[in-house]
Parts: sequence; C-alpha cells; structure tokens
Amino acid sequence: MLEFIKPGINLNFVGRRKIAYTVSFILLAFTIISIAARGGLNYGIDFAGGAIIQAKLSKPVPPEKVRAALDKIGLNKASIQQYGIKEGEEYLIQVGVEHKNLGELTTLVKAALEESFGRGQVDIRRNEMVGPKVGETLRQKALLAIYYSILFLMIYISGRFEMKWLMSIVVAAAMLLVTYIATIAGMSVIYLIVIALMVTLGVCFLLRLKYALGAIIATLHDVLMIIGFFSFFNKDIDLSIIAALLTIIGYSLYDTVIVFDRIRENLAKYRKKDHAEIINSSINETLSRTILTSTITFSVVACLFFLGGEVIHDFAFAMMVGIVTGTYSSVFVASPILLIWPEALAKAPQKAKIRA
Amino acid sequence: MLDSAQQESALNSILNKAFPEYKTIKSQVTDARLEMTLELSRAEVERIKKMAGDQALETIRNRVDQFGVSEPDIRPQGEGRILIQLPGVKDIQRAKDLIGRTAMLEFKLVDEQGDLQGALKGEMPPGSEVLYEIEKNKETGRSTKQPLLVKKRPLMTGEYITDAKVGFGNQYNQPYVSVSFDSRGARLFSQITGEHVNQRLAIVLDGNIYSAPVIREKISGGHASIEGSFSPQEAHDLAIVLRAGALPAPVTVLEERVVGATLGEDSIRMGVHSMFLAGILVILFMAIYYKSSGIIADGALLLNVVFILACLAAFRATLTMPGMAGIILTIGMSVDANVLINERIREETRLGKTLRAAVEAGFSKALLTILDANVTTLIAALVLFQFGTGPVRGFAITLCIGIICSMFTAIFISRFVFDFLLFKMNKKAISI
Repeated sequence: MLEFIKPGINLNFVGRRKIAYTVSFILLAFTIISIAARGGLNYGIDFAGGAIIQAKLSKPVPPEKVRAALDKIGLNKASIQQYGIKEGEEYLIQVGVEHKNLGELTTLVKAALEESFGRGQVDIRRNEMVGPKVGETLRQKALLAIYYSILFLMIYISGRFEMKWLMSIVVAAAMLLVTYIATIAGMSVIYLIVIALMVTLGVCFLLRLKYALGAIIATLHDVLMIIGFFSFFNKDIDLSIIAALLTIIGYSLYDTVIVFDRIRENLAKYRKKDHAEIINSSINETLSRTILTSTITFSVVACLFFLGGEVIHDFAFAMMVGIVTGTYSSVFVASPILLIWPEALAKAPQKAKIRA
Repeated sequence: MLDSAQQESALNSILNKAFPEYKTIKSQVTDARLEMTLELSRAEVERIKKMAGDQALETIRNRVDQFGVSEPDIRPQGEGRILIQLPGVKDIQRAKDLIGRTAMLEFKLVDEQGDLQGALKGEMPPGSEVLYEIEKNKETGRSTKQPLLVKKRPLMTGEYITDAKVGFGNQYNQPYVSVSFDSRGARLFSQITGEHVNQRLAIVLDGNIYSAPVIREKISGGHASIEGSFSPQEAHDLAIVLRAGALPAPVTVLEERVVGATLGEDSIRMGVHSMFLAGILVILFMAIYYKSSGIIADGALLLNVVFILACLAAFRATLTMPGMAGIILTIGMSVDANVLINERIREETRLGKTLRAAVEAGFSKALLTILDANVTTLIAALVLFQFGTGPVRGFAITLCIGIICSMFTAIFISRFVFDFLLFKMNKKAISI
C-alpha cells in the first residue's frame, strides 16, 4: 500500500498555532503594506474601463520602439506590456477610458505600428473595450457577490455544525438588509464591504458562531493572501481573477469543512478528552487526504499555469496561491480558532449527537 | 371658483380615461391658471423598459440573422443590456453599424414657406426644424451637408414596412431601397401623397434626410423607394435594418471584445492540451496510489467529465476559458470525493474490519463529509451565478454542474462498482 502519510501520525499542529498565527500576521501585514505602497490595486480594463489591443509583430522589437511609435499618435499614456513566450513579438497595449471607438483606435494603432515596423508586419490578434460605467458595476457586483456568498456560507456552517440555523439566518438576513439599503443609499461599495465584514466577524464572535467564525477568517485570510501576491507582482485584477477568488473561497471552505467534520465526529466520540487534543488528532487523521487532494489539485492547476497559455495564466497563478494558503489555513487557522471558547465546545457534541 | 373646480374634475376624468397609466401628483391653481403635474406609475415605467429591452433584443436578433453570421449568440444581460457574440465576423465596424442603428424611418413634409436662412440663424418657424441631407460625391468621396427646413411632425413612420429590397436605378445604376407597406400603411401613404401633390416629401432616417423628392402624383400600391448616395453594400444593410424594424430606443456600445481567429485557436489548443495532460496525470496518480480502487475512481472520473460535457451541451453553454477552468476544478473535487472515500476505507480496514464492512463504513462515513463540503462549494457557486456577470456566470454554471455530477459519480457509481465486485463477483480482496 502506497502511503505518503503514515497512519497514526501525530504532529502537534494546535500546539504550534502561535507560530502559524505569527506567520499569517506577517504575511497579512505584508499584503496591506504592498497594496498601500502601490497606491491601491491594479484593476484590469474589466473593472477600470478602457481598451486593450493585442498586437503581434512578425519580428521582435524592443518595447521602447513600440512606445515611440505610439507616442507619435498621442497615445503616450498607454501602458505597453510584453505578452507571450517569445520576447518582443507580442504586445498588449492598454489605454484609458477616453477612447470611445474601438474600431478607430485599432486602425490608428495598427497604422502607427506599420509605419514604424513595415507594412504587413503587424497582426492585431485581439481588441477589447469596456465602458467606464460597466467596469464600475462589474467591480461592485463582484465585491457584493463575495460578501453575499460569505453570508450564505455562514448560515450553512453554523446550521450544520452547531444547529444554530435560526440564529445564523437572522444574523445573515439582518446583514443582507443593511448592506442592501446601504448600496441603494449610494454608499461606496468597497468601504461598505469592509465594514460589513468587520461587523459580521464581530457578531459571530459575540454569538459564538465559532465554526462560522473559523471558516470565514480562514477564507478571508486566503483571499487577502492572493490579493497580496497580485499586488506584490503588480498583476492586474480582472474578471477571471474574481472567478479564481470565488473558487478559492469554495475550495478553502471545502477543505476547512472536511477537517471540521472530523472534529465534530471526534468530539461526539471522545467526550472526556481535552479539546485541543481532539482538534489536533482530527487534523492528523485527515492529514493524508488533505495532502493528497491538495497535491493533485495543485498539479492540475500547475499544468494550466505552465501549459495553458497566456489567457489563463493569471487565473492559474491565483489558484496555485489559493490552494497552498487554503490548505494551510484549514489546518493552522480555521481549526485552532475553535479553541477560543473551550467551554462552549463541550456543548456541541450533545447537540451533534441528537442530530446524528 | 366653482367653475374652475368643475373644470378641473372634468379635466381629471378626461385624463384618467385617455391616459390611465399617468397619475396626477400635483395640481394647483395660481393666478387663475391650473397647473397639473402628471407622472407615469413605476410599474408602467418598468413595463416600458422591459418592452423596449425585449423589442430591442428581437430586432437585433432579426438583423443579425439576416446579416448572415453562422452561430450568433444574442442574450439579454439584465438592466437594459444585451450581449451579442458573432463568431467569424471580419468587418466589425459594419456589424456594429448594422446592430446599433436605430433605423427610425420618418416621412416629413418640407416646409417651403418657412425661411431657411432665418431658421439657421435661430429664428425657427413654429412646428419646423432643420435637418441635413448628406450627399457623397462618388468621384472625390467628399460629403456635403445640405440643410432643409422640414415640418417637425412626421406624416408617417417606418412601422408599416413589411419588406425592403435593394434595386438599381436605370440611369447610373445607382442603388436604391424599395420598401413595401402593409395595407394600412399603403392607405396612409396614398392619402398623404394625394394631399400633398407638388410638395416635397423628405425621407428621414435617424435624423438625416436621405432624399426629398417632389410628389408628382398620388402614390397608391403601397411602395416607396429611398434614394440617396450610398454604395450597394450600404443599400443592402439599410434594407436589412428596415426589414428588421426600428430599435425602440437608441443603443450604445458599452463593451466590445474582438478575438482574432488565430488567438482563439491558439488558446483553445493550449487549454485543451493542458487539460488533457492534467487529466492523464490525475488518472495515473490515482491508479498508482490506490491500485484497483484507484482505477474504479478513474472510471468514475471519466464518466464525470462525460456527464459535465453532456450537461453543458444540453444547456447550450459556450465553453470559455473560465468555464474550462471550472471543469478542471471540478475534476479536482471529484478526485477528492474518491480520495475521501478511499482514505476512509483504509482507516476502517486498519481497525480490523473485513473488506465488505470497511467499504460499507467507509462510504457511509465519507458520505456526510462529501455532502457538507460539496454543498458549501455549491452555495458559493450559486451565489456567484446569481450576482455575477458574463464570464463569472459561465464559470459558476460549469462549477454547479460539475459539483452535482461529481457527487453523483463518486457516491453512486463508485459505490455501485465496489458492490458489484464484492457481492456479484464475490471478490475477497480489492487493492486499495
């Protein structure tokens, strides 16, 4: 029998949680510093609005020359980015929202490039335009979608693991109502979501919705990590990254729920044991599957990253970061949070038993 | 005072009868003048918005169908937005003009009495307006704008058009568009032309005059022709938009994406290759790690992929890159369901259970975990679908389909194979 993790393994995860917390805090601080230092995140045209033109040249040309060619037609504010594997052959030209007509802009750019690099040497492979209003709505919708999914997950987790269906539904409904009214009142969505998340975490803490609290903190932890990586590497946040973020929310929760499930089972089984010990052994028992699944999923996403082509590159990158932090957070972040209230945990198994 | 109150109530009842969708929100008398403010009810505004959206969708669909694109995808996107995908279209500007044109056809009488020069200086005769006739010189390609004073109120609009065809004039082979009206339109047209013989009738499309011929005689028969300086292709497109009908409201392009055919092919090829390789990697890994049980899991996995593709085909979803990524993710989760089951079975065997008992216990214990974990992801995917737009939505659909298919294959199909081997074939050992 092939086994990566030997049965009966007992690593002390819970005991080392302080180290894990320190690591997480340092990384989170790093994320915030990185975002602040860059003056906010880089939004792609999906969110900021604007136009993008992907041009392929028949022979490599250094970026300065492309810039010089575009300067002639007054596109000196355009961002020019190399694209693809071969250096200098393919460029992404991104301009702001002030250019309304994509067709005209594309003809203009093509003409300018052909003038500098020769007729028939330029192939426009892709051009896209997003109006500023669309970008704004997309950004708000994406943020709200993330927040709403967190509220729904809070209901499910609190309900399934602690039988606190009613309490969590009331909390979620109240939060939903307040955010809805605030969006109608025209409040800035970013601040709204940040405040709403803080309030949600606070309410979970006060009402002792500990499984939901653990899961939400772990999830936010992963989302922030991905955003931090994107900020650090100065990558654009576009729609596919939002898709990746939401997938990671799902994946991280999936992973967390599997460990929680084992904790719930073991709490019902060993009523007398110390809770820290139970949580630790639950993590160890599921460790084999955690490592296996993460390795498999990671290798799938790595295939995409290395072979899937430029279009999916950033998506795969976000997924790779997310799988690593998602696995880490379900072991080191989500589960130890259950230990904040040792006495409250004791009540859980009885309820779980009634349901089982 | 009594008189004005009576008048007011009389006016109110007339208004209520004629415009039931309007509500009086304010009415007051100042200096013996009655002022009333009317408002459309909210439901009515919504209805008009929805109708305009539906009609625009239908019109655009008609136009695109007649334009001749092989597999167009036209769908509403909520909040007055329409998403149009036209694979294989080369002349993008032409397609955009065709789709975005309001195509409001109006017949307006030329105001011969009014003073055009005065009107251009700002002294507009009441009930008239200045419109321009654009003429293109064929040789030089220069276009000139000719102002004309016309009556504001159209005598007739394009709503009665049943057909529009391109024809060619005898003299210079100049293309023109001939339109046919339905019986009501024909009657109206003959009445108009009969009443205004020897006057000029301007044919106005989207605010531009195409031609303003003099009406020589009453035209009955329900045909009219639009002449102007356009190329055969322009005449062809004009005929399409007239046939398909006018847009209920002007449209603006909010978002536009063009992907070159080579890039599309490139990314699809690379995407498929990487997916294929990832699939082989997973299958090999499972077979090596779990041996026979791994092969059972592989079977479930392949079936899962077939199911997902079948469902996507049934929903007629377009396979985009995020969509493909969604499939890959579900493959990962489907593998995980099998890993969960197999790890549980291993655990149970370690406790000293027989294989049959271990399989039984393994499945039943893993079931709850798989359900909980998948439902959480499903909730995330559903919220994504509900609140997301465009590609995010496509991704959410594939994820939802994938989660349901993978739960089904892992829980039922794998279980079925295990039971079949253990009970029917009476195997005493399955390597795990």
